Amino acid sequence: MEHIISVTVENKFGVLSRVAGLFSGRGFNIESLSVAPTLDPSMSQMTIVTSGDERIIEQIVKQLNKLIDVIKVVDLNETEFVSRETAIIKVHTKDVDRAEALRIVDIFRANVIDSTPTTYTIEVSGDPKKIEAIINLLQPLGIKELVRTGRVAVAREPVRPAAVQAKKVARE
Amino acid sequence: MKLTGAEIFIECLKREGVKTLFALPGGVVLKIFDTLHQQKDIEVILTRHEQGAGHMAEGYAKATGKAGVCLVTSGPGMTNVITALADAYMDSVPVVCFSGQVPTSLIGNDAFQEADNIGLSRPCTKYNFLVKDVNDLAATIKEAFYIATTGRPGPVLVDIPKDVSMAKADFTYPNSVSIRGYNPTVEGNKWQIKQAAEAIMKAKKPILYVGGGVVFSGASQELLELAEMTQIPVDMTLMGLGAFPGEHPLSMGMLGMHGTYQANMAMHYSDLVIAIGARFDDRVTGKVSEFCPHAKVIHVDIDPTSIRKNIHVDIPIVGDCRTVLRELNQILRATVNGEQKDLRKPWWDQIREWQQAHPLTYHQEKDGPVKPQQVVKRLYELTKDRDPIVATDVGQHQMWAAQYFKLAKPNRWLTSGGLGTMGFGFPAAMGAQAAFRDRLVLCIAGDGSIQMNMQEMATAVLSKLPVKIIILNNGFHGMVRQWQDLFYEGRYASSNLGTTPDFVKLAEAYGAVGLRVKKVGDLDAVLKEALATDKPVIVDVPTYPYENCYPMIPAGGCNHEMILEDPPELKMKQSGGAKVTPEDKDTVLTA
Repeated sequence: MEHIISVTVENKFGVLSRVAGLFSGRGFNIESLSVAPTLDPSMSQMTIVTSGDERIIEQIVKQLNKLIDVIKVVDLNETEFVSRETAIIKVHTKDVDRAEALRIVDIFRANVIDSTPTTYTIEVSGDPKKIEAIINLLQPLGIKELVRTGRVAVAREPVRPAAVQAKKVARE
Repeated sequence: MKLTGAEIFIECLKREGVKTLFALPGGVVLKIFDTLHQQKDIEVILTRHEQGAGHMAEGYAKATGKAGVCLVTSGPGMTNVITALADAYMDSVPVVCFSGQVPTSLIGNDAFQEADNIGLSRPCTKYNFLVKDVNDLAATIKEAFYIATTGRPGPVLVDIPKDVSMAKADFTYPNSVSIRGYNPTVEGNKWQIKQAAEAIMKAKKPILYVGGGVVFSGASQELLELAEMTQIPVDMTLMGLGAFPGEHPLSMGMLGMHGTYQANMAMHYSDLVIAIGARFDDRVTGKVSEFCPHAKVIHVDIDPTSIRKNIHVDIPIVGDCRTVLRELNQILRATVNGEQKDLRKPWWDQIREWQQAHPLTYHQEKDGPVKPQQVVKRLYELTKDRDPIVATDVGQHQMWAAQYFKLAKPNRWLTSGGLGTMGFGFPAAMGAQAAFRDRLVLCIAGDGSIQMNMQEMATAVLSKLPVKIIILNNGFHGMVRQWQDLFYEGRYASSNLGTTPDFVKLAEAYGAVGLRVKKVGDLDAVLKEALATDKPVIVDVPTYPYENCYPMIPAGGCNHEMILEDPPELKMKQSGGAKVTPEDKDTVLTA
């Protein structure tokens, strides 16, 4: 089963290779990995999409925790989470296709971020199914280049019923 | 006052209590060696190969419980020490290895003797550091020792570029270390410990399965109390030997692939496995799907990744073995009564039956070739009063040593378990001898494995490390030959060593003492002569070449299905050589 694991690490050289080496050395899958600094520049946030049975995921979480440069590990599948991926797609657009391309962009609430007489460069964000869907629709036009960020994800805040919240505010 | 990087290095080592450094120089570490040369607090033991330096640091660490320290140069110095680091990583040995690196300005330029030391060592160290600024050196060394010796111990590498060892900085040694991503759990979960105590009270067929974690955490006393109080038999892993007295009536000896019959049977049929500081390695579990089919499992380990890695665990307890056992004992002391003894009487009857049915057995004929087990057994009997430290290489001799050398105390057993590194024993023995100059240090080796680090004899002679090496010389890579006999229809592909050097002359060539056991009747006299010598000694013991190590669980086999002796067709084949007949009762010796 697919799991999204959020890993907070030290923002130091070599940390990415420690994490990647752990996965390759122990034969764990990485479907995607994205990493960037957090609000605190001494830390980076990694989002790793991986898969495996319960036992393997438990090992992945434990092994990540064991790395000295890893500060925090959260298996997001244990809670509610939202995730997004961005793709940048460069499509060939002949005269007749340019309007069609824009229609597709519109349907998916994507953006054209660069344009030449023969190409559009389209940026789209969403869950992986949405990205797949727009790729499928654009493919007949001719995709010249495609880059995807891999997923980033964050746990959803637990939501209390509005009435309870109101009471709490009143008490305060 | 400002100090150079090299001086800071030495000051840090002194503050960490390092007395001995196993080292081999080279271009980029010359400044450090030059500074070491001008001080007297730290003894430098010059090895002949960096692998030797690494294993010596391991031997030192295993015998003392403190970090072993080695220093190597860049490039080939680093690649040579990798085997020892990998070995230390597998067996959780606290080693701090310092490597030289080309000057920071040249890193990445394919400079002379440059290697990516951090990249090379990453998968075989607990952590590694590249020090780019001399101002970070002291804090880095402090962290290196802290990481190596706390939690589940392991090797740590500190890579020091040449310019960092030459540059100057103010020296302050930090008093404490705080690493936000590294906080080993020492105290076990109290509720889980209570659960464990309850399970122990209820169990009818419990077994203690103890490993190297007990040795490293210094929990032998607590283990002894637990076992005696609850009257639970104790199985030891290869790494756990010495954690519990080998001659104790509760000791089942070693378990696993070449473990004793009773140890493996007790494990297989138990209803409660209490694993302490052991990691359910494949050489212990055999076929995982049929491992301990009736048992609940309690697993105490400081490393959470060890728990549920191979085996389902019912009561996991993450924590330091000693701390957890103390708490567990405290609960049990209040609850244990005579009832458990009655409850477990059938279990003990069964165990004693197993013990009597298949004790460790070999057959030494009075005028026949020397049997390797006989050598280990006599060596044990002749030396046990001297509380020796015993190192081994890897192979048949290692298993015989594990079976017949019944250690009474922890930190006496230096062997390569996880990585199975041939050539480990001799340098490891030297490392222990360097730590304890007055103790008796033995190295039981094979004629194959001793040749993997034979060059260190020069170090032993130079540094006056009077290790006693006993070579069980069968002319083969014996364990390979055994597998070939059992599973490859006796085709000895590259297991016959063909020619072996004259080890007596070889010892003499190095300036050590060489002795040979020509017949079994001379064994005691020659061993005694070796033990009375104050120099490094090689005792060459030509042994029966076709002796096999039993019991044996074939790889992937089930623990209660042991091979206990040579299959009939093998006996037939070998009867052309020395006669080995189990019927020959009057010559049968049992351990």
